[in-house]
Amino acid sequence: MRAFKLCTSVFAVFLATINTLSAKQQTDTPSEVNDGRQLFIANCAVCHGPDGDSVPGVDLGHGKFKRASSYDDLVEIISAGVPGTAMPAFSKVFEGKGECLNCHSVKNKGSRLGPDLAEIGAVRRMIELERSLLEPNAEILLQNRMVRLVTRDGITITGRLLNQDTFSVQLIDSKERLLSFQKSSLKEYAFVDKSPMPTYRDKLNPGELADLVSYLVSLKGIGGQ
Amino acid sequence: MNARAALLVSVVLSSLLSASISSGQVSFERILGADKEPQNWLTYSGTTLSQRHSLLNQITPANVKNLELQWIYQARSLEKFEATPLVVDGIMYTVQAPNHVIALDAATGRVFWTYSHHPVRGRPCCGRVNRGLAILDDILFMGTIDAHLIAIDAKNGRPLWDTTVASARSAYTITHAPLVIKDKVIVGTAGGEYGIRGFLAAYDAHTGKEVWRFNTIPGPGEPGHETWGGDSWKTGGGPLWMTGSYDPVLNLTYWGVGNPSPDWNGDDRPGDNLYSDSVIALDADTGMLKWYYQFSPHDEFDYDAVQVPVLADMEWQGKPRKVILWANRNGFFYVLDRATGQFLLGKPFVEVTWASGFDEKGRPVLVPGKIPSAEGTLIYPGNPGGTSWYSPSYNPRTGLFYIPAWVNSSSLFVKAPVKYREGREYAGGTNRSTVAFDWSPAPNFRKEEEGYGAVRAVDPHTGEMRWEFKMADVTEGGILTTASDLLFSGGREGYFFALDARSGELLWKAAVGAAVQSGPMTYSVNGKQYVAVNAGTCLFVFGLRQ
Ligand code: HEC
Ligand code: HEC
Repeated sequence: MRAFKLCTSVFAVFLATINTLSAKQQTDTPSEVNDGRQLFIANCAVCHGPDGDSVPGVDLGHGKFKRASSYDDLVEIISAGVPGTAMPAFSKVFEGKGECLNCHSVKNKGSRLGPDLAEIGAVRRMIELERSLLEPNAEILLQNRMVRLVTRDGITITGRLLNQDTFSVQLIDSKERLLSFQKSSLKEYAFVDKSPMPTYRDKLNPGELADLVSYLVSLKGIGGQ
Repeated sequence: MNARAALLVSVVLSSLLSASISSGQVSFERILGADKEPQNWLTYSGTTLSQRHSLLNQITPANVKNLELQWIYQARSLEKFEATPLVVDGIMYTVQAPNHVIALDAATGRVFWTYSHHPVRGRPCCGRVNRGLAILDDILFMGTIDAHLIAIDAKNGRPLWDTTVASARSAYTITHAPLVIKDKVIVGTAGGEYGIRGFLAAYDAHTGKEVWRFNTIPGPGEPGHETWGGDSWKTGGGPLWMTGSYDPVLNLTYWGVGNPSPDWNGDDRPGDNLYSDSVIALDADTGMLKWYYQFSPHDEFDYDAVQVPVLADMEWQGKPRKVILWANRNGFFYVLDRATGQFLLGKPFVEVTWASGFDEKGRPVLVPGKIPSAEGTLIYPGNPGGTSWYSPSYNPRTGLFYIPAWVNSSSLFVKAPVKYREGREYAGGTNRSTVAFDWSPAPNFRKEEEGYGAVRAVDPHTGEMRWEFKMADVTEGGILTTASDLLFSGGREGYFFALDARSGELLWKAAVGAAVQSGPMTYSVNGKQYVAVNAGTCLFVFGLRQ
């Protein structure tokens, strides 16, 4: 078992939990710690208590765990819950009702058409994640742009742009094929400005949204790198 | 004449030419007459007029499709490779970053010798780059990252003298190829992001002793000093980082001066800040200022005027005129009279939002409110500019001026307070650009309206664009034109290509796998024409398939 971070601040408990075994722990900014606190109070404190030590044998704030011995274990527990105990599976919305896997991947699950979310919790702040869910069109990052092209034989292909230059274009399409075309072989080539991602404002209730964000925040890549 | 016969003639001609002047020594007469020996490339831009136009014509629009790789030199350095090589009678001389000189067989790429200078200090804003050498007789000259000027024996790579030009501790540096005029070597100092006080100086080619110096920021008592409020002149920048040009008839040397420091906050330097962002015309013997023209008075956008001054003789409104053609980082294309500095024409070659035009003297008319602010102000062209140091070309045959352009690129200019500390960054803010500086082909997700690169061909008489060749990504590649009306260039996405200089039509391309960040050049050895360009950390040399 790797050394645990000693964290006395309750506010940091949530992040501490998912960062305890992660190499990224030193880089948390105060606002991330605040995000973590909010999430913890909203989603975890009912059972784990405001100090993170209410579940017998588990002290989230001090890195005392019954089962987890690695960062990946923690993500797995938060994601899948602990069967037969009260610890819920936070990935439920993601994999179930939200149907996120239809377009996104996490590790080897889901579709690779949309951006991979396996480390989304490490590269986006909570507020950005919430916004992605409520207003997917508000800001589409450059690397997440979709394109639509029509080949000379009239076949239409939509996919996520991976690269382009003066003569060619590279993308991954909805069938998860890595495709490369000479622009001279295309009848049409255009950016799709509207995100295919639906808004979840009315699809999920506030509790489900909070669970989903907790889950996304916990996704920090393999080994938390 | 059929193609075969033409080839034969050109082979015979160029071998005759090379036989008659293979004396080895590169006299200043040879440099002045460089166009008479097009098999060689004797100065950074080909000739002292800096048109980057070669009279070689073996490679033509008809046969350019048969160009193929002849050899590659892979630099033993992972830093940017921006040098244009020199070629003298079959020997190529170039510089790999930071300051390693290499002499190679120009036909095969085999190395004769290397000379390494290891700069002890020096951290230029934008990489430890070197853009090339100058030569006189059997001596090569290199400016270094730690602001030395070193003379090197062209036969054995041994240093002959080493002059400290300026203090590297105060962040002075030299990145451009020196210019030889008569018996002098001229270099300037960079460091415009660090509050240097720039200057251009001439050194005796045989001793390394300073002969004259021109401060790009006038000191107390000198004309122009009043354009700097308070003590700001002491740390006002005005760097030089691209090679100048020379008109032997007027005996004037022309240099483009860079930005005032701090870059994005002009509050502490009220006034026009001469001679930042200007072209200066100096007497080549004395360094005395003959005239200047300031492109961007009191600049707060980092619009360095460090472009290569392109000298051309052309008919202007019915009369022959000696002019300078200049596509500036600030987005305007200019024509100036090079005897007097008179402003003849100024016209945007990309979108410009900081100025709306010119008054009758050629001073830009500013657009109110278009200045950096704490929250950021959106301005075209962006901080990287409409163009920058990438060499343009003028082809007297087509009469067109060719610009490596960044089209539709803008920046949010953010201003912040800053204090001068020796050797530290002194920029006064930052900028957020739609297209950032980047030296390897990163994936490109941009739309055309967010910025693209182009070769834009402009008619100097009107400033109108005749044609453009669009690239999906921007360009830091210079432009070479030849007497067969070919144009060679490349861009960040890693293609090196040939266009028809009359129409802009793409005739040939090669994927070189990394950004072209140098000016292409051409030469010939034993009657065979070669075209050379750096991309990434390699030098690529192409020639016709035999
Ligand atoms: C409904 C109650 C409940 C909620 C809500 C809850 N947990 Fe748990 N959690 C538990 C229980 C009970 C356990 C102990 C399971 C066991 O016996 O192994 C547990 C265990 C854990 C463990 C494993 C510790 C170990 O010993 O390995 C982690 C980590 C954890 N929870 C984190 C969280 C986080 C983070 C949240 C909020 C995002 C959260 N939990 C929300 C009840 C809950
Ligand atoms: C129909 C396909 C589709 C579905 C379903 C979908 N997404 Fe997306 N999502 C995308 C696409 C495409 C993008 C990239 C364009 C954009 O930002 O809108 C994206 C972007 C995102 C981003 C922003 C990524 C970044 O790099 O910032 C997040 C976060 C996200 N989705 C989460 C989810 C979650 C969580 C769900 C399920 C509740 C979901 N998505 C369902 C297609 C989808």
